[in-house]
Amino acid sequence: MLNILNWIAVLLLLASGAGLLLSRDWRWNLGLLAAQYLGVFWLTYAHWPIAMASVKLVTGWMACAALGMTQVGLAEPASGETAWPQSRLFRVAAAGLVWTTSLALAFQTSAWLGINLPVAWGSLLLMGMGMLILGLTAQPLRIVIGLLTLLAGFEILYAAVETSALVAALLAAITLGLALAGAYLINAGTPEETE
Amino acid sequence: MSAPILWIAIPLAAAALLLIPRDERITAIAGSLFSALLALTAWLLPIDSVYTLGALVLKLSPSFEILGRRLSLTAADQPLLALIYGAAAVWFAASASLDLSRRLAPLGLGLTALLVASLAVEPFLYAALLIEMAVLFAVPMLTTPGQAPGRGALRFLIFQTFAMPFILFSGWLLAGIEANPGDMALVLQAAILLGLGFTFLLALFPFSTWIPLLAGEAPPYLAGFIFWTFPTAGLLFLTGFLERYTWLRTASALPTVLAFAGVLMVAAGGILAAFQRHLGRIMAYAVMVETGISLLALSLNTLTGAGLFLALFAPRLISLAAWSYALTVLRQQAPGLEFRQVKGLGRAWPYASIGVTLAGLALVGLPLLAGFPIRQALAEALARSASGTIGWIFLGSLGLTIAIVRTLAALAMAPDGTNWEARESQPQKIILGIGWALLALLGLFPQWVTLVMDRLPVVFQHLGQ
Repeated sequence: MLNILNWIAVLLLLASGAGLLLSRDWRWNLGLLAAQYLGVFWLTYAHWPIAMASVKLVTGWMACAALGMTQVGLAEPASGETAWPQSRLFRVAAAGLVWTTSLALAFQTSAWLGINLPVAWGSLLLMGMGMLILGLTAQPLRIVIGLLTLLAGFEILYAAVETSALVAALLAAITLGLALAGAYLINAGTPEETE
Repeated sequence: MSAPILWIAIPLAAAALLLIPRDERITAIAGSLFSALLALTAWLLPIDSVYTLGALVLKLSPSFEILGRRLSLTAADQPLLALIYGAAAVWFAASASLDLSRRLAPLGLGLTALLVASLAVEPFLYAALLIEMAVLFAVPMLTTPGQAPGRGALRFLIFQTFAMPFILFSGWLLAGIEANPGDMALVLQAAILLGLGFTFLLALFPFSTWIPLLAGEAPPYLAGFIFWTFPTAGLLFLTGFLERYTWLRTASALPTVLAFAGVLMVAAGGILAAFQRHLGRIMAYAVMVETGISLLALSLNTLTGAGLFLALFAPRLISLAAWSYALTVLRQQAPGLEFRQVKGLGRAWPYASIGVTLAGLALVGLPLLAGFPIRQALAEALARSASGTIGWIFLGSLGLTIAIVRTLAALAMAPDGTNWEARESQPQKIILGIGWALLALLGLFPQWVTLVMDRLPVVFQHLGQ
């Protein structure tokens, strides 16, 4: 039963990862990021107690909230991406490449670390998607989303080998810090209001 | 009270308090005095000893428990703490005359405290997490409110974040190697991950693109602070790995790998510097060369190499601080730091122009300046053990020298009849004058560096043995 739920979490990560890559609307992006943290929580729960695993969910959602609150007060960006290529077909193809590569690597990783295949695949998938997002954008919001995705993937894998509460706390602080740094970067580009 | 509270928690709290004053001078003086006080206590106050102050009895315990792990600062760490907080005091003190202290001092003190925490945390590989937190502290410092963040700041954030997963995971593998040292496949996997992690952390070529980009877009003094802080933290973290893992320290391939990385940095930094037309980017490439020189010192894998590695910090600190300070003075007068934008500024801003030139030449290793004695000793040691690297060091130094001569030419190229004057403010003249004096004095009396640095090798007891 647990394994089936793990696969459902991976499907959620597949869908949210693809959505993050394809969508240009920040509301959809943050909603998909929040959904992604649900999957991260479930896959982390495979190795950590629920109390510690839920830290990932709470901090992830807090990060989404921080980024969302920053975006709410800003004007809509004019055209979005400045990086090439913008074609959806290219993005779908790139995402497909990441899916298949991460699946191929997941078999080895799963055997090497002695963890479930869905946990290994979910982790590698997020890391790959994070790197893909980072490679295709120059916008602060999407860069932070890419970094959060990359770190979320790493956190799943690292949870399988490290159960320290200090590491969990520091990783949570980094997730929140990244979101706050992202909020600062997004805000920095807007002209200061004069009284 | 425990040492981590004194040198980590209190500075973090002080960093938050430094955000309150709205006056640049108050922030700079408070930040600088506080950092100097921390450096002084680190130098004078022994850890784990009892002090009596009237009726008050104090004992500074070395460790502090947090979430089942420890932060530990022992007597062996104290010279390093004195160096780190002393350097922070220097940076903060000079920032007031540039109107940058409100951006530098609070965040700079916070990230310095986090970097000290990275030296103190046990298991020490968690340091990667604390360095990442320090990176996040640095992001607001590098972004000017009202201006879109530049590519350098974004790339700095991305590349430094990439380092953390690699190092953490390699740390886990290293623990496995300690239990099973004969597993060569595991050793190879750990070495690859560790190598990738440090490539990102130390901004090794070709992942060093954020360094020149940052130098081109952030105020040079803030960029200089970042160029001093993060490579130093990364290098100390690397030596921490070498210090703790005997198999890594004694690996036959280690000197070759370090020498290769060092040569790549020195050659790439020097050659690219020679073709630059932006004063900030020239400083950035000099930073790359400096990282390479440090790696070459480590590649000696001897006590001499470890001593030289540590001795490089003092001239680097003074040169970078003087260089970035002088560049910021020039930047505040010119629309940018391209050669065409600073052409002839040497006539009106001679203190800053001489500061840029002297600091650059000191980093190149020109005789009678701060960098020379250590570079000379390093070149001698390398000539004995790895003579092939000398040519590359010469090439890198030549590239940097060309860049600095071109800088001097651009600064001096004023129209005929332009009068000499010194438009720097009085505090700027004093700070630049102190910078010149230190650059010259450390070149003339290199034993002063060793007076301070002699205590540092206590931190690394196994390195080079």
